[in-house]
Amino acid sequence: MTPDSTGGKDWRSAGFGLYLHWPFCQSKCPYCDFNSHVATSIDQGDWQTAYLREIDRIAAETKGRVLNTVFFGGGTPSLMQPSLVAAILERIGQSWSPANDLEVTLEANPGSVEIDRFEGYAAAGVNRVSLGIQALDDKSLRRLGRLHSSDEARRAIGIAQDVFDRVSIDLIYARQDQSLGDWERELSTALGLGTDHISLYQLTIEDGTVFQRMHARKLLGGLPDEDLSADMFELTQGMCDAAGLPGYEVSNHARPGAESRHNLIYWRMGDYAGIGPGAHGRLTLGGARLATEAPRSPGRWLEDVMGGRAGEMPRARLSDTEQAVEYLMMAMRLTEGASLAWYRSLAGEDLPAAAVAELADLGLIEATDESMRATAQGRMMLNGVLRALLAGRQSAR
Amino acid sequence: MTQLDLIRNFSIVAHIDHGKSTLADRLIQMTGTVAARDMKAQMLDSMDIERERGITIKANTVRIEYPAKDGRTYILNLIDTPGHVDFAYEVSRSMRAVEGSLLVVDASQGVEAQTLANVYQALDAGHEIVPVLNKIDLPAAEPERIKQQIEDVIGLDASDAIAISAKSGLGIPEVLEAIVTRLPAPKGDANAPLKAMLVDSWYDAYLGVVIMVRIMDGVMRKGDRVRMMQTNAVYGIDKLAVLKPQMVDIDELGPGEIGIFTASIKQVRDTRVGDTITHERKGCDTPLPGFKPAQPVVFCGLFPVDAADFENLREAIEKLSLNDASFSSEMETSAALGFGFRCGFLGLLHLEVIRDRLEREYDLDLITTAPSVVFKLHMKDGEVRDLHNPADMPDLTYVDHIDEPRIKATIMVPDEYLGDILKLCQDRRGIQLDLSYAGSRAMVVYDLPLAEVVFDFYDRLKSVTKGYASFDYVISEYREDFLVKMSILVNEEPVDALSMMVHRDRAEARGRAMVEKLKELIPRHMFKIPIQAAIGARVIARETLSAMRKDVTAKCYGGDATRKKKLLEKQKAGKKKMRQFGKVEIPQEAFISALKMDG
Ligand SMILES: Nc1nc2c(ncn2[C@@H]2O[C@H](COP(=O)(O)OP(=O)(O)O)[C@@H](O)[C@H]2O)c(=O)[nH]1
Ligand SMILES: C[S@@+](CC[C@H](N)C(=O)[O-])C[C@H]1O[C@@H](n2cnc3c(N)ncnc32)[C@H](O)[C@@H]1O
Ligand code: SF4
Ligand SMILES: [Mg+2]
Repeated sequence: MTPDSTGGKDWRSAGFGLYLHWPFCQSKCPYCDFNSHVATSIDQGDWQTAYLREIDRIAAETKGRVLNTVFFGGGTPSLMQPSLVAAILERIGQSWSPANDLEVTLEANPGSVEIDRFEGYAAAGVNRVSLGIQALDDKSLRRLGRLHSSDEARRAIGIAQDVFDRVSIDLIYARQDQSLGDWERELSTALGLGTDHISLYQLTIEDGTVFQRMHARKLLGGLPDEDLSADMFELTQGMCDAAGLPGYEVSNHARPGAESRHNLIYWRMGDYAGIGPGAHGRLTLGGARLATEAPRSPGRWLEDVMGGRAGEMPRARLSDTEQAVEYLMMAMRLTEGASLAWYRSLAGEDLPAAAVAELADLGLIEATDESMRATAQGRMMLNGVLRALLAGRQSAR
Repeated sequence: MTQLDLIRNFSIVAHIDHGKSTLADRLIQMTGTVAARDMKAQMLDSMDIERERGITIKANTVRIEYPAKDGRTYILNLIDTPGHVDFAYEVSRSMRAVEGSLLVVDASQGVEAQTLANVYQALDAGHEIVPVLNKIDLPAAEPERIKQQIEDVIGLDASDAIAISAKSGLGIPEVLEAIVTRLPAPKGDANAPLKAMLVDSWYDAYLGVVIMVRIMDGVMRKGDRVRMMQTNAVYGIDKLAVLKPQMVDIDELGPGEIGIFTASIKQVRDTRVGDTITHERKGCDTPLPGFKPAQPVVFCGLFPVDAADFENLREAIEKLSLNDASFSSEMETSAALGFGFRCGFLGLLHLEVIRDRLEREYDLDLITTAPSVVFKLHMKDGEVRDLHNPADMPDLTYVDHIDEPRIKATIMVPDEYLGDILKLCQDRRGIQLDLSYAGSRAMVVYDLPLAEVVFDFYDRLKSVTKGYASFDYVISEYREDFLVKMSILVNEEPVDALSMMVHRDRAEARGRAMVEKLKELIPRHMFKIPIQAAIGARVIARETLSAMRKDVTAKCYGGDATRKKKLLEKQKAGKKKMRQFGKVEIPQEAFISALKMDG
């Protein structure tokens, strides 16, 4: 792949990041389908050994790369001992050349146990936290099965802002019995808390969750219909724009320059290594783009790694077409959109002109020869937009 | 060969659910025809669908040996007849094979529409009739009142009606005795040339085509060479048997007897119900008066949801028609639905039964198009054409006028619902022919267009009367009316499978109901979709389905890429139950549901 044929793009232009998965939580939230488990005893020493081994293994394959971002995700990474986080970050520093502006994010729950560790994480090198606030009133927090209170949430945000350079908060909206007005007030309060990044997710009923079982038995009343959730989404875009935190991705809003650089690597098709139970990675090695995936079960993963084996399942090589589809799917989530030159160089063909013209006509996308982006309305309909683009491809016929 | 005076042939006529099958079971059981351990409820309803829906679809028969009080053992042949109006034709033909009927009336319900329709057919066939009052174990049973009703409404002498409970077995010995003493023995001459009536034929997986006969004159033996008088085909009898109800081989069948034979006949279609069977040599000269073959009255298109299933559908239809000569099929192509079949049925229930069997027994997903009746197009050049499919409607400039089939419908209803029934019939372009009372029940007779009845008339009738009305009909005649073709356009494109013939005065209301229903049934798309009803180029009703607004995955990070990619592809595959019309996907169920209207 030569720089001109791709519009000068490859994984390098999007950067290289490292994702570490911590699979434990204090309790399992009823809506959550993440690889998270409640465990009674966790030997953080064993976990440390395992993470360090995996770092060494991946580092050997990606020697000499500049590392742009590190992300501790979960589960609840704020249950990790600060010393464990410190040991991991130290080894990372020895294994790659950290970028000058290395971004180190840790997902934290706003419980009091976790808050007490904030100083320790900062000292270890964490410079950004993403706080799982979810809702700003106690009743909603209880319905979401959260352990923290709204007071704890506010306190956590305050302390985090003192301790870390950058703070982001997560909220879940389009919840049971939430009106447009309710959400308007809640979001306005949230925007007033002064963080420069905010992730706003509409509640999704995921397969295999408690909420899904309740939903199937019609026990989850008061969920918004399509029109209300569309109104809520539009309201969200408008309010965040007005507050100076425009949406840069379907569910993510930031003051320009304060975007999550780690997550941008995913959406811009950069390379990322995934370490820890269930972690996925995408690595370009020897000209091939590989999809990596670790065993989901924490016990199995730990056993493999402690037993001297790789904490990874067999890798899959992504064909050019698969990469093209993945690129479109991820990049179109971003307000900036996708490079058509890159798509073309991967897919070996242009996107179907008829589908592009039709979607543009409907006001769902804007396209030039070189790039394409979804409009605000199009981002709200992204699954349909992608299906239309992908179904019309010659290679799909 | 059985002595004539020791034979009794009979059928049971009843309104649905009045206890016909239960009584048959009891008769079989009490005479020891089937050992108790082999007894399953509803012996004669053998097809799965018959058992499930609790209706009898095809006539079936059983031979019972009964030692009567006079010390002699009689052979009783019971022919079970279908109860539903769609199969009235089969009722009439099985009745001509027997001499008497048990008229079963539920003593808590009284006379219903099918009681009347069936009893008139029995009287037409010259039957002796024994009235039986069933379900007298029920607290609500009023045998005396119902006897009176039988006399008033049907005009039968009910003073000797037998009160029974088919469920508990009470009164069954009296019924058996009455069959022997009150029903006539058959007549016939064993020395005359063979004359047998072809009562029914069906396909059996092991035996091939099985033919049920009633011997009128002469004797039929295994190995005989016989001729079908209508088709002139000659066959050798391989197997001769009686049904008890399992097959028991027999050497010969004499006058008055009922049995079955096989003769290496390939298709049920090679046999004509009502045909006369005689010997190849020294046969009889005059055939029995024949039946007209059953005419399909309701037509619809059956298309595979997955075009790749067309060959499977063809095979399934061929196999099914081996066993059901009353359903017709012909290949059809539709611009929208691809390759399929235009099929004709005796009625809506028959349609549903066949479609269910195709889907269930042959594992097919089918799209059923709007049911339609057969219209007669009188062309300006004098030609008369049958229109089976509204999509084939020629340009109106060539058509002089259109005739549609009318029915004579008999409805029995408690008088508190009479108003609703009259309104329903009036709304469906009905003309009242008669209205009379029998106690607190009214009997109304209406002349109605069959086209107005095939959709959801029966459902509406049941719902406005909370299930208390009963209904039966016969086709009466073809008559001219102001009929037009209404087409449905989805996103400006006509969907031929949704077009229908309607009365001009009812077109607006029909069109409005259709487009409203379709708006509910078609899922939102990325663009807005106009849904229109039109007569020719003139739009008579219009709705707009607004565009879908939101369809996006909230969270999609590194770990989600693989899974979400699969999901996008899966959603594509999940579209199987949908059909693509231009840019619009219409769910399969829309084709039937759109017709079930509430107005
Ligand atoms: N209580 C009572 N129920 C009966 C009697 N005979 C039949 N039934 C019930 O009535 C229903 C209809 O009977 P079935 O024989 O299927 O009626 P068919 O439609 O005329 O064949 C069934 O639920 C029977 O169990 C009876 O004598 N007493
Ligand atoms: C890895 S999870 C959260 C990490 C952390 N344990 C927490 O709960 O705060 C990242 C975010 O996804 C969002 N999320 C998880 N499940 C969701 C669902 N079913 N619907 C919408 N948002 C969800 C929540 O806002 C959550 O904070
Ligand atoms: S939402 Fe967060 S805290 Fe709750 S179970 Fe999932 S990962 Fe754990
Ligand atoms: Mg029955």
